[in-house]
Parts: sequence; C-alpha cells; structure tokens
Amino acid sequence: MRWNSILLAGPFALALAAHAATPAASTKAAPGYQVGIRNFHFMPAKLVVPAGGTVTWINHDEEPHVVTSVGDRFKNSPALDTNDHYSATFAQPGTYTYFCSIHPQMVGTIVVR
Amino acid sequence: MKDDRDDVLPGRRRFLRCMAWAGAGTLWLVKGGVAHAGMLATGAAAADATFGFVQISDSHIGFHQAPNPDPVASLRQSIALVNAQPRRPDFIVHTGDLSHLSKPEQFDTVAELLKEAKTGHVFYLPGEHDVIGDDGKAFFTRFGGGAGGNGWYNFDHHGVHFVALVNVRHLQAGGLGYLGSEQFAWLKQDLAGISASTPVVVFAHMPMWSLYPAWGWGTQDSAQALSLLRRFGSVTVLNGHIHQIQQKVEGTITFHTARSTAYPQPAPGTGPAPGPLKNLPAGRLHDYIGVRDVRHARGSQVLAVTEQSLG
Repeated sequence: MRWNSILLAGPFALALAAHAATPAASTKAAPGYQVGIRNFHFMPAKLVVPAGGTVTWINHDEEPHVVTSVGDRFKNSPALDTNDHYSATFAQPGTYTYFCSIHPQMVGTIVVR
Repeated sequence: MKDDRDDVLPGRRRFLRCMAWAGAGTLWLVKGGVAHAGMLATGAAAADATFGFVQISDSHIGFHQAPNPDPVASLRQSIALVNAQPRRPDFIVHTGDLSHLSKPEQFDTVAELLKEAKTGHVFYLPGEHDVIGDDGKAFFTRFGGGAGGNGWYNFDHHGVHFVALVNVRHLQAGGLGYLGSEQFAWLKQDLAGISASTPVVVFAHMPMWSLYPAWGWGTQDSAQALSLLRRFGSVTVLNGHIHQIQQKVEGTITFHTARSTAYPQPAPGTGPAPGPLKNLPAGRLHDYIGVRDVRHARGSQVLAVTEQSLG
C-alpha cells in the first residue's frame, strides 16, 4: 500500500528541526563546568570539580536524556530534549555517580574535591 | 514483494543491503517455534486464521526532528493502514514509547488518534519514554496499570495466552531493561496454571534477549523470565524499542522486534550510537516505518507475522 502524502525529509526537515527545538526543560546555562551528552555518552564520563562548583549538562543528541543521581544524592534533571541544559551545584566533596534513567547504559561520575 | 524501484536506484539498493532489516512485506510463518520467511502476497496462513491482531510501536509523539518532524501524521497513517485491512483485527497492542517525553498532551494525542482505529480493543504497555519523571504515573492513569497496578497484565483470547510485561521501570545505572523480582513472581504464578500446549504471546517494550547490550538493547533479567517459558510448545515474544525488524529463535521461543510508526534507528552497531536514522533517501521514510499484523490459526500452533510499511 502506498500513501500519497509526503513527509518532510532531507535538508528541509533538518532546517525545520533546528527551529523546532523547544527548550522547555532547560535552565539557563550557568558558568562553570560542562558535561556534553553526545551519541549516548556523557563527555567527559568523569569530571573533577571543586566544592561549590556548578556542573551543566548539555544534550546534543536527538534522543532525550535524563541526568539521574545514583542514590538520590543530587536533584535529578527533567527530560532533556535536544539542546536542553541542566545544572546542579555540588557543595560537598565526594564522588557522585549518575546515569540516564531511560538509557541506563549511560553512566558518569562527578568527583567533588 | 518485489520492489522494481531498486532497478533504477542502485544507491538505495546498496543502502538496503547494508540495512538488512529494512524493506516491506515479509510474511513470517511461525511453526513450532521456527520462523519461515515468505512473501506477503501468498497470505496462506492469513486465510485460515481464527483471529488476528496488530502490533504498533514507538510512536514517539513529541519528536520533531529529522527524519520525521510529524510523527502524529505517520501514526494517523499507520491507523489508516490498519483500518484498510480486509479483516478487522480483534485488537491492537501498542508496545510502548507512545510519547517522546511522557508529557500528558503527548499521551492524550495517542489516545485520541487510536479512537479512530477499527478494532475491538487497544492494549498499551509503556516504553522508557513513557515513564520519565513520574515512574509512569501519567501513562498508567490513562492506559491502565494492570489489575495489580504495577503495569503488567495478562489475558486470554481464542485459546492463546497473552502476557504484557513492563521492562522499563526502575532501571539501574549500567544496566539494561529490567523486570524485577515482583514481576517475575507474578509471571511464575501466572504461567503455572497454563498447559504447555497453550500458545503464549509475550509483549514487552525492550527486547527480551541480548540483541545489542552496548546500545541498551536487551533486558538484564530476561533469562529468568524466559526460563519459565521454555516448557511451552509455542512462544512468540513481540517487542518494540529498536525501531526495526529483528528476529531470533531459541528453541520454541521466537522473538520479533517491530518497526516504529515514527522513525527508524540504525542496525545494531552500525554507527556511533542508536537514535533516529536521519540520512534516509529522500522521500523514503515510509519504507522504514509501519505496523505488524499477526494472525493465529487455531489448533495448528501457527502464528503468521506480517510486516507492513507505510511505503
């Protein structure tokens, strides 16, 4: 069976997608330390920051990701759609492991010194 | 079904060869647990089927990028394809990722669109995109959470036992899909009273075998659940999640993953990561998305699984 309607594809769709991003879940990017999310990986997977440092995650994937603290040691992000940001400030020294709650193979660590 | 366009599009033919999962109109006859590929046009098993149902999956309402900025339109077209079938399916099952971001309006859109489907009932189970932030509360409020309220459920239809499992909640860092001990205990009790000659069909969102764990395509405790299913003469496991057709046979258990109604993902391990396959040949998205038709013939333990693309 064939359908006559035509869906957008190719460069036009890409251009449209660039304007269609809705940063509903984003918070303003804070100065400090950044973790990029690309190709289903946190980069860098391990980040060392001083106590009181603010870490900002930026999702560059088309898939949404959710920054989730193992053991609820910092506040989890909402769903981060493409280009959404999320920031958390780490007051206490320690090792904070986090993962993506919907792609749990994605694991990262923030070491606060 | 021969695609004569291949003759004039060598680039596409090469592409399809690389993506062995792609293409439309393959009929799968499942006999004694072994899947045989045939041509859609023969329709042998469909003719004497006692009933049929349709699987749709991974609608991702709320997705807005290449290669499909309008998954509402493609879900609507998938439903129209179902409605155009010569024989009305007894029910439709949506195997998860209805929404892209678990937003109430995304769930409402799916519910509204599926009201247009000509079928007796629509069953739903959640994907990981449907349980973001609230552990599935918004999903289960709309689509039911099973008698126990945990999301999993069972039903019987024309002598076939159906089980819907939830493997997208309480996921653990570094893990895969997860069923959990409570669900396993429920499944054990549920199957205990079923005779081994009863055909069993299992629905779940994530693949129930280690299809490609590096991309999260598997369920970490599925082996436990499958151990309960091995005594049955015919078990068919239908999943979504990976947006492409993959099959595997293990004894009498046959696994099928379904296409998405929204967008395809790359074949396992081809490329740096899963996610939307963006560089489709222009205008060919509909060849990569669609619905699945399943027909059952009473007594013969035959399930015919037919794939239909929108293209």
